[in-house]
Amino acid sequence: MPETKLGAAAGSPVHQAPRPLSPHLFIFRPYINMVMSIMHRITGAANYIGSLLLAAWLIAAAAGEPQFNAVSDALGSPLGLVVLFGFTWSVMHHMLGGVRHFIWDTGHGFEIPAVKVLSWGTLLGSLTLASLIWAIGLWQWSLH
Amino acid sequence: MTTYRTPLKEARGLGSAKGGTGHFWLQRVTAISNIAVIAFLVFAAIRLAGAPQPQVKAFFQEPVAAIFGVLLAVSATTHMRLGMQVIIEDYVHGGWKLPLLLLNTFASIFIGAAVVLAVVKLYLGV
Repeated sequence: MPETKLGAAAGSPVHQAPRPLSPHLFIFRPYINMVMSIMHRITGAANYIGSLLLAAWLIAAAAGEPQFNAVSDALGSPLGLVVLFGFTWSVMHHMLGGVRHFIWDTGHGFEIPAVKVLSWGTLLGSLTLASLIWAIGLWQWSLH
Repeated sequence: MTTYRTPLKEARGLGSAKGGTGHFWLQRVTAISNIAVIAFLVFAAIRLAGAPQPQVKAFFQEPVAAIFGVLLAVSATTHMRLGMQVIIEDYVHGGWKLPLLLLNTFASIFIGAAVVLAVVKLYLGV
């Protein structure tokens, strides 16, 4: 780490202990809005991966029945269903997080109580939406 | 000898990319359009949960479904390219940054093109 010369008298050697640059993630007690901010980035990256699954499903459907059945069986396996539920929740979480950012973009919702409501709302809302979608989806599946 | 170059000039010598506002704006425009295409995706996923291939094919032969399928591909891949670009710029410094940014761009466009082709093929029923 380079030594800083800030505040040193001209010509005098500077021997300083390394200064803390920026108290970062591991210093702060986690706040819900901070956790939701991190979650927004993680779910965004997860959706990138999830889009590959969605693309694979659509491309397989276009390719033909054998390819579609292979992908469909993989996604319909217990592991596949867990991953798909996670993807559903991740998309819902990222979407509600985006809505939260839109509210902030308009300059509203910066009071601490509002921030807490919006942050918890993102988490609880995404879990509710994902569960609702799957409840309806599994019911539809049972009709086939 | 006196140099009149500031340390910053020595360090960078580069101007801003001048694309920040466009990035910010397109991220938000596609965030809005993503809400619409995700609503379609949820509808499609529920309708097609556990469905055999001919039913998926028939679903996308409806023009509205095919249009939303194409829009989903374009809107989502544009948005995810912008988001991943920010993640790379935040965490990757040095030699890997540029190759990863290019890979992100190419991968996003490739996925988008592949899904558009798949939807068009389903729509045409060929």
